[in-house]
Amino acid sequence: MGGTLLRSSGLVRAATVPKRKKVVVITFGGGARDQETFAAEGQENIPHLMKDLIPQSTFFTQVVNRGILGHYVATASLATGVYETVNNFASLPPEHPTAFEYFRKDLKRPASDAWVVAPSNGFNRIGESNHRSYGSGLGARVLLPKHLLTAATSGGRDFEHLLRDNYETPFYAPELGGGEIELEQLEQILKLSVDEFKKKALTLSSPDELSVYIARQLMKQMAPSILWITMHDIDIAHAGAYSLYIEGIRRTDRLCADLWKTIQSEPEYAGNTTLFILPDFGRDSDDDSGGNGFQHHRTGDALSRTTWMMAMGAGVREGAVFDRPVETIDLVPTLGSMLGFTASFARGKPMAELL
Amino acid sequence: MRPPELKPEHFNGYLPEARKLVVGYIGTLRRLPLSFLPSLLREVVDYDFRFPVERRAVERELATLSSLSADALDMWCKELAQIQISPKLESFDWINAPAQFVEQLSAYLWTTHQLDAFREAAVQYSSRLQAAVSAEQPPVPRLGITVVGQGVGVYEEAVFRKLRPHGAYFSRIKPDGGLEQLLNVVTARAKAHPVAYGHWYVDGGKAVAHDSVLTCVSYDGLEPARATLLRSIRSETERPGMGPEALRSLMARLRPSDLGLGTGDEVLDRFQVKILTEGSGTQIFSTTFAQWTAREVLRRAQPVTMLVRFAPRQRQKPMNELLSGNSDHVDFDPVGSLVDGEMGAYYNWLNQERLPGAEESSFLVWFENHGDAVAVGPGMARGTVSSTAADIGQVISWMS
Repeated sequence: MGGTLLRSSGLVRAATVPKRKKVVVITFGGGARDQETFAAEGQENIPHLMKDLIPQSTFFTQVVNRGILGHYVATASLATGVYETVNNFASLPPEHPTAFEYFRKDLKRPASDAWVVAPSNGFNRIGESNHRSYGSGLGARVLLPKHLLTAATSGGRDFEHLLRDNYETPFYAPELGGGEIELEQLEQILKLSVDEFKKKALTLSSPDELSVYIARQLMKQMAPSILWITMHDIDIAHAGAYSLYIEGIRRTDRLCADLWKTIQSEPEYAGNTTLFILPDFGRDSDDDSGGNGFQHHRTGDALSRTTWMMAMGAGVREGAVFDRPVETIDLVPTLGSMLGFTASFARGKPMAELL
Repeated sequence: MRPPELKPEHFNGYLPEARKLVVGYIGTLRRLPLSFLPSLLREVVDYDFRFPVERRAVERELATLSSLSADALDMWCKELAQIQISPKLESFDWINAPAQFVEQLSAYLWTTHQLDAFREAAVQYSSRLQAAVSAEQPPVPRLGITVVGQGVGVYEEAVFRKLRPHGAYFSRIKPDGGLEQLLNVVTARAKAHPVAYGHWYVDGGKAVAHDSVLTCVSYDGLEPARATLLRSIRSETERPGMGPEALRSLMARLRPSDLGLGTGDEVLDRFQVKILTEGSGTQIFSTTFAQWTAREVLRRAQPVTMLVRFAPRQRQKPMNELLSGNSDHVDFDPVGSLVDGEMGAYYNWLNQERLPGAEESSFLVWFENHGDAVAVGPGMARGTVSSTAADIGQVISWMS
């Protein structure tokens, strides 16, 4: 009888219920070339990825983006599994359903279970498409850390270094709408007071550091099953200063390692989370006279289209390397196979090496 | 409008020499595909203010196209003719605004997934043109010099790693008077081989005293024009509906007089305006200014001699502050600027290697006021190291 009672105990049931699978996707920075990252001469810029993460990951050496090489539209394509063609400089939703919508609709998940943390004002519609089969309210909620900071600080000069936008669209001014929504997000979702937030922000050195801080707070408070973090510091390359581009890569390398440590230490994420890290695309080759090397991604040459991806964590083989070319649109079908949703409108294919 | 509909009066808005040139070849222009013709017209529309070598290049291209039979011309352009153009682009005023057409075409090619096909078509056309037209050789072998690291004291990292495999690395250059020696070399070449816009001195800071025989562009010298431009950018971006693409188009229409530029040399003035309005970052980072200017000088003027000196740039700040043009309390970043300059030097060498006569060209990069330099040229063994103490002028003499 004691055994029967024990088996029916809620405590025992809870202990044996497997933790829900989670996925974290980090887009690495806003265009990074192989030669400044994983090629031999670039590895000095990514010590954390090389030493800590690569040994634990499955690594794809050729991930090709055959679509438009603009950050917003490329990230939207990553999130939908389709090469989107929306205007890169307008704040428009993707035309095809996102992974977040597939996940929430198929698995009947609430809005709190899928989040995007995005650096740039132009990304505020990336959480949800305008596809007629999905409708509004079915996607991910989007946190824009710069909006949060502006609302909390009323544009104080001490925080301007965290508010700088990417150089591709330097003139977009945030649409603040009074800041009420952002202050509510701080308090109710992130459980941060304005003072706490401001105090922390003073210790941070870049917009991506701010994004990672917000992402970690979100993981603690909401523990979403899908968390998508779009980093962007590297995009300073458009201003043409090579040292700042390298500095951005080194910072992003460190921040990725920090996030992986958070995943491994947060109870809701440890042991049941798969982390993906990949650039949205590369940058132009030094050898193409149509471009200006690292500065832009305008030529569409092979180097600008081809980068890498690493996956690590739950269900992923450690120390495996695959040279077979895959496409960036393969990410969403792969997430679908992992999490149990069907990406009906995605054009990519699941990466069997991860399943 | 489509190319077959072209008439001479369509070019009435062109400058006199440009108009005369295109009308003379109008029969040929009518046969070119719309995916390509505006790119060609972009090189012609301001022909009157182009560098001499550019004018000759476009004249040769037009003459070559004109000499082809109808079938041969169709074959040359067949891949370009297969690029689909939208009715909206067809109705654009590509005759008078070819640069804006090319920008819109670029966005259209991305959206319709034709960019790769266009790239391939452009490469095919260029190959045919290069095979048919002899490239204009320089009167003497080219010499490119880049000076980096101004303001950097002790520096422990290895420098010039990208260039060392291509030339000889010197570790004990005598630094005193190095810049003066280099300017003397450049000036002597300019006097011995006078070529219009053939010998350049580009300074990312304040230009040092130099002979007027050199064509000089400097970041500090353009400070008033930069400040005017940044004010204009700020005022335009406050207007509703102004986005990055509209701003680019606006900047592309600016003339020297809009920025208070007037050296008396309209060719140079227009070149400088384009550096500031078409180069990303040239308005705010002096290292970007130096590298982009060098790139454009090499691409457009194909200089016989070019000396580029990098100077410290300002530290990164919030973009709005960088674009404000506020020069109160500027913090400089000499070490970051050295890293920028090293990459800039490599790109200067790469771009010089793309010019005719590359096999005879020489290139030198020197860490200012330090002992490090790399010399690339016919007289220099690749991948070698020299610890012989030498003047920079001596190294130059060994290079040819």
